[in-house]
Amino acid sequence: MQTRDIQQLERLARRVRAHIVRMVGVGKKGHLGGGCSAADIVTALYFYKMRHDPKNPKWPDRDRLVLSKGHSCLPQYACLAEMGYFPRAELTRVKTLGAMLQGHPEVHRIPGVEATTGSLGQGISIACGMAAGLKLDGRPGRVYCILGDGELAEGQVWEAALGAAFYKLDNLVAILDNNGLMTNGAIVERYDTTPYAGKWRAFGWHVTEIDGHDMAAIVSALDGVDAIRGRPKMIIARTVKSKGVSFAENRPEFHNGILDADQFAQALRELEPAGDASVTAVEECV
Amino acid sequence: MTRKMQNPREVYGRTLVELGESNPDIVVLEADLGKSTMTCYFEERFPERFFEMGIGEANMTSFAGGLSLTGKVPFTNSFAVFAAGRAYDQIRMGICISGLNVKIVGSSAGLSDFGDGASHQTFDDVAIMRVLPGMTVLVPADANEVRRMTRYLASSKGPAYMRISRNDMADVTPPDAPFEPGRPVVLRDGSDCVVFAMGAMVWEALQAAEAMEQEGVSVRVVNVNTLKPADEAALRLLGEGMRGAVTIEEHSIIGGLGSLIAYVFRGSGLPLTCLGIADRFGQSAQSYEELLEAYGLTCRHVCRAIRELMERNGKGKPTCPGSGLAPEIPDFAL
Repeated sequence: MQTRDIQQLERLARRVRAHIVRMVGVGKKGHLGGGCSAADIVTALYFYKMRHDPKNPKWPDRDRLVLSKGHSCLPQYACLAEMGYFPRAELTRVKTLGAMLQGHPEVHRIPGVEATTGSLGQGISIACGMAAGLKLDGRPGRVYCILGDGELAEGQVWEAALGAAFYKLDNLVAILDNNGLMTNGAIVERYDTTPYAGKWRAFGWHVTEIDGHDMAAIVSALDGVDAIRGRPKMIIARTVKSKGVSFAENRPEFHNGILDADQFAQALRELEPAGDASVTAVEECV
Repeated sequence: MTRKMQNPREVYGRTLVELGESNPDIVVLEADLGKSTMTCYFEERFPERFFEMGIGEANMTSFAGGLSLTGKVPFTNSFAVFAAGRAYDQIRMGICISGLNVKIVGSSAGLSDFGDGASHQTFDDVAIMRVLPGMTVLVPADANEVRRMTRYLASSKGPAYMRISRNDMADVTPPDAPFEPGRPVVLRDGSDCVVFAMGAMVWEALQAAEAMEQEGVSVRVVNVNTLKPADEAALRLLGEGMRGAVTIEEHSIIGGLGSLIAYVFRGSGLPLTCLGIADRFGQSAQSYEELLEAYGLTCRHVCRAIRELMERNGKGKPTCPGSGLAPEIPDFAL
């Protein structure tokens, strides 16, 4: 992939983060932290890796993304809107009564969303079932699934890890958004789910470890695992919670926190530097 | 009354195979109980469409949701206590919120797993499945209904739960009767008292009706095989002109058939007695019949309830669920 294309993805990811900040808004709770930590991965999936068609969201041979950490839906909503799955104006109505865009993703309600999640630990099992269904029909679609590191405390994740390896779901790629923080603090201090690579390997998965904010590394890892056969794949992406919003980075209180007006303005200034071509596009849509 | 017995699990397992032959999208998931739930027949015939999920009901249930999102028609199987209870949140979030086409089959339900005790005996499955928006809840009264309902599950869309007993059941319906979901089925008509029954209790109700006939009381027996969606108007009609009503279920009186009927007849003045498991857990016993006796779920208990209602001639106040009727249950003192 050309440097130019990587830079384009980086610009898109910044635009996605600006959308996240606008969806979080001022004076309201919103999942800024986990949204921003997953933003580069989600952007790379929708704008580079996944085969999908916004004009035909149910195309049977599409690749699918399941957000097992459903609270990271804001970058997904931003990408889906940018790609034309629904009007960008929907982003301004997120979490309001009657809105299409709910606080957690719902498959029957939101074009482009593939599974209903929010209760943690279940999305990975749903993704496994999808991968198994696609294999049964001999379809080429791949299933991507983003997990949180705090979510790994859910026992069901490990039930799914066992089953995915047993059924050799090599059309399944899980990505761990390893931002190191659970809702109320550091994972290693409050409820340690580490180490990751050894656990997943022991469960029979192919494991890759990357910097989850290095777009070139994300792209390269997503491409690299295509060649792995006979095993499900885990990409452990080291990330920073609230990445891209300097004052909120690595601070657990922004997991589902509130931005005041000054913070909101600062966040957007950081994400939309003057002269950035993405600024106009973002403002157009909000 | 002649009593032709069939095993509902056996019929379920055979029917799954029959459905698998005609519908290539049917897939079956099992949590290591295939020789109990009888999904082993499907496994034998269609190994590629059978998923052994190990003893992991949560993963099995969400996995089934994923399969349905690729167009499959998954049936998940385990004992009812695990199929509905252990996987409750997986059913709620992953399946019901989005109305996915997943069929959940709870086997060895009620007291039918008599030896295994409280951990395995299920009196709450109907209650917790009923409360889920969009969920269909089916309770077959005999193996013939199991066959019809299994076929119905395969051909209908949306989430559904069916509970199946472990033990042989007496036929109470003809093999070729139609199945209309939601529609209460009158199996015996009468004019003094109506008994609403579900599952294996339908047989007990029919026996009670026959016994009461000897005492000059005419009893209507209604098989309520669909606990949700229920045809409230049809149920209400079946109570009209009656001097009393009895419900009987192999389930907690909280959230099951008794709750449904009490709700349907709210404000009607119809005296109602609810027989069921009175807010308690199960326990091991040497036989199913022994447990039915201990928990007050036999035709004799139905007769007693009817007699009491008739003595009051419908003039008294509606009785409280189980009041004065629940027998002494030997309980381990804590």
